[in-house]
Amino acid sequence: MAKYLLQKVLIALATVFVLATATFFMMKLIPGDPFASLTTKIEVQERQREYYGLDKPVVEQYLTYMNNLLHGNLGYSLKKTGRTVVDIIREAFPVSAKLGLFSFIIAELIGYLFGILCAQFRGKWPDYLLMIFAVLGIAMPSMVIGPLLRWLFGVVLRWLPVTGWGSFQQMLMPAFVLGLGTIAGNTRAMRASMLGTMTQDYIMTAQAKGLPKAKVVMRHEFKNSLVPLVANLGPGIAGVMMGSFVVESMFLIPGLGRYFVDSITNLDYPLIMGLTIFYGTFLVTLNLLVDVLYGFLDPRIREAVKGAA
Amino acid sequence: MSDTILEVRDLRVTFDMYQGAVQAVRGVSWHLNRRETIGIVGESGCGKSVTIKTAIGLNPVSSGSVKGGEVLFEGTDILRLSEKERRDILGNRMSMIFQDPFTFLNPTMTVGRQIMEVYLQHHKASRREAREKALDILRLISLPNPEENLKRYPHQLSGGMRQRIMIAMALICEPAVLFADEPTTALDVTIQAQIVDLMNSLKEKVDTSIVLITHDMGVVAKMVDRVYVMYAGKIVEHGEAQTIFHHPRHPYTWGLLESVPRLDEKTQDDLPSIPGMPPDLIAPPAGCPFAARCRFCMGICGREAPPEIRLTDPEDGRDHTASCWLCHPECIARNGKTEWRAAHD
Amino acid sequence: MSQLPKGTFTDADFTKTGAEIGLDPASSRKKTTYWRDVWRNFKKNKAAYVSLYVILLLILLVIFGPMMNPFDYRTNDYTAINNAPNTVHWFGTDTMGRDIWTRVWEGGRVSLLIALLGTLIPEAIGMAIGGISGYFGGKVDTVIMRLIDILMGIPSLIYMILLMLIFGSGNIMTLVIAISITGWMGSARATRGLILQLKGRDFVTASRTLGGSPSWIILRRLIPNTLGIRVVGITMSIPSVIFYEAFLSYIGLGVTPPMPSWGQLIKSAGENFRYYPYQFIIPCAMVGITMLCFNLIGDGLRDALDPRLRT
Repeated sequence: MAKYLLQKVLIALATVFVLATATFFMMKLIPGDPFASLTTKIEVQERQREYYGLDKPVVEQYLTYMNNLLHGNLGYSLKKTGRTVVDIIREAFPVSAKLGLFSFIIAELIGYLFGILCAQFRGKWPDYLLMIFAVLGIAMPSMVIGPLLRWLFGVVLRWLPVTGWGSFQQMLMPAFVLGLGTIAGNTRAMRASMLGTMTQDYIMTAQAKGLPKAKVVMRHEFKNSLVPLVANLGPGIAGVMMGSFVVESMFLIPGLGRYFVDSITNLDYPLIMGLTIFYGTFLVTLNLLVDVLYGFLDPRIREAVKGAA
Repeated sequence: MSDTILEVRDLRVTFDMYQGAVQAVRGVSWHLNRRETIGIVGESGCGKSVTIKTAIGLNPVSSGSVKGGEVLFEGTDILRLSEKERRDILGNRMSMIFQDPFTFLNPTMTVGRQIMEVYLQHHKASRREAREKALDILRLISLPNPEENLKRYPHQLSGGMRQRIMIAMALICEPAVLFADEPTTALDVTIQAQIVDLMNSLKEKVDTSIVLITHDMGVVAKMVDRVYVMYAGKIVEHGEAQTIFHHPRHPYTWGLLESVPRLDEKTQDDLPSIPGMPPDLIAPPAGCPFAARCRFCMGICGREAPPEIRLTDPEDGRDHTASCWLCHPECIARNGKTEWRAAHD
Repeated sequence: MSQLPKGTFTDADFTKTGAEIGLDPASSRKKTTYWRDVWRNFKKNKAAYVSLYVILLLILLVIFGPMMNPFDYRTNDYTAINNAPNTVHWFGTDTMGRDIWTRVWEGGRVSLLIALLGTLIPEAIGMAIGGISGYFGGKVDTVIMRLIDILMGIPSLIYMILLMLIFGSGNIMTLVIAISITGWMGSARATRGLILQLKGRDFVTASRTLGGSPSWIILRRLIPNTLGIRVVGITMSIPSVIFYEAFLSYIGLGVTPPMPSWGQLIKSAGENFRYYPYQFIIPCAMVGITMLCFNLIGDGLRDALDPRLRT
């Protein structure tokens, strides 16, 4: 296990390193002086130059930058005077995390449930109904479904607030828009996985034991179908994160995703860099956790891992 | 026969496939007596496994359906039982050992839980009692370190051990009937012998009757009291094991027996095998299904299906039937005891 | 049972005929070639089959749609602002009086072209790299696979955003390049897996013994045999590329206005959705239909290619 973990951690570290380096040099490639737009205040420009050591050779700049990163220093925002990137993350990330987590967990569970129903009722109406929903869910990107829902629930039915952040009602619509892709993806993945599991020989063994259908499904089919789906968790998390860029801007939620989109529109390069690195590191960490979870769920992998150690 | 515990009468099963309805089982009848072991033998795809799985309601493909017949277990037709009633019998009064211990065990569950699960399903028992029972049964099948092995996952055990686990699972409720679907095929030869011995000894200890499905005549010889030979969804010959081995009457049975390696015949030749393939059961041939592969095929064979002909055993006068025109009195009257029959008498 | 009436039988009945009585069991089984079988299975999936025609129709409209009326996609007409769909402007006009019919199909050209190139180019890159990795194995393979592990750790959208910032202005080529640079890893991994399976087959060994060069073997022997399986992956990645385009447009990194794309149209109409729903719903429907159809086609292909699911 230790060796397996070590390998995963090393790859994760390498990923973060590559990301940080790539971000730095990509920023260097941006045409013009990213710090010298007309709207930027002089003192801000000066502080940036000093912080990045812009008058020094590139290698030295790179080292300064990496050193700052190691100390958790992501620099200053260009447009929001006096605020560090870390400040902004500290303030906005909890909002995104709350929305994202809520949305993700509910969406995962609903997706599994739908997938199980589809597989068990294969070729009957619940399967068709849920698969139509799943296919539509995949075909409807958040920028399409968001305005439609806001119009329906916010303007026509007046059930839910159209924008804002704070109350539970305000969270429902964005969480649904954010989670729709995950629900749809998981429904399809669970359906496919379970249809595969259902034809496995050991399911026949379980049936031959005289177990009721519910026990065969939950005890034998579900867990074995879940193992391959763990691999989808990583992309799923990434998907929710990407979705948060759109959803938070659309519903005016003061989360990190909205700051990120704003920073791109405002060409606030230090904020873009800082958030890119933060997002990257965050995802790499979560993927690492998923890998570990994967090892624990499937005893064969756990064993192979022990054997290798 | 009052001592009959399980009887299959005229069972018919078809599978709806893309190309058409496959008539996998075409009117099969057999019975099992108490404390008896019967063998259903034939090539793969002849319908022997499907017969059993349908009999206990375990269709491997959902498109399979019973088109007729009955399966009488202790006098009640289990095909007409409710789902719940059937489940109460399954794993409890009737259980099954499957072919491949590598794929028939759940990979993400400890073998202990898999064994206990059966007991807990059919008995009002605590987990602790189930565990004790599981340990008992593992000792009975002489699995080493039962305590430790209960906590293991299937992939941590060898093939022979896994097959013992399958047997433990099947026997924990002390069933009246045990089906064994090719129980030794996936195992090494040495392990095969161990499993055969184990099953023979368990039959006495647990007081069960066994239906063995196999294509391995060697295993049949070591375990079985009576044999049903199945070909293309039909029983083509039936008799006492001794009769089938020493006085087979159906050319297909001859073929099966010839393809068993024998130590007492020192020939350099390759083992003979039956040429050709079984017929397409979407449109079964009108005549004898074996006609196309039969060395002794006659004019009538391609045209009309042979009736089941009752033969008297030359030694003890017990039941022996064969569905072959060669055994028909008309044939014997015309051709006499032909040369090919003599070779097998 | 054996007591059939006398005279039922003739001598010929009990005369040995040999095995040749015309019951060759193989002859009655239907023989079909692999691809014809796939196509027939695909056609049986009505949703996928219909989707194929919908996509063909969309492609035709995207090519010929802008030619079907006198308007072009960037001329403002301030006398006809926010017109609802009518006989002159079939899909109405936008906030600057531009004809939406023309803009939707022009935008479709952009979006579909990006989708097509943004799928095929990364697939080709991935196949080449995956092919090399799988064919040579050993250290080359380890290095490439570790690199892919690392690159796949970061979501492609982040790279894409950075690349678009470097490129500055968005046009079809810069978007395709950004999508290609960030999107080849999945295909490389899949191709490598397939190549590893194929490598040991006899026809590859035969080519190698006959002196085939590695590039020849990869290109002419291995890649063609992986294409069939990769076709599903390729079909399925078209919707995600369409999504990337819409996403980048949404955060302001898509093609530069007045050039339309479906993503651009959705973004600019989203703000006025309550007042001019047709401006929003039409491009949304296009994106939705395209993604839906490619997904269904992909599903259909996968089921048609996977013999296990045939019943």
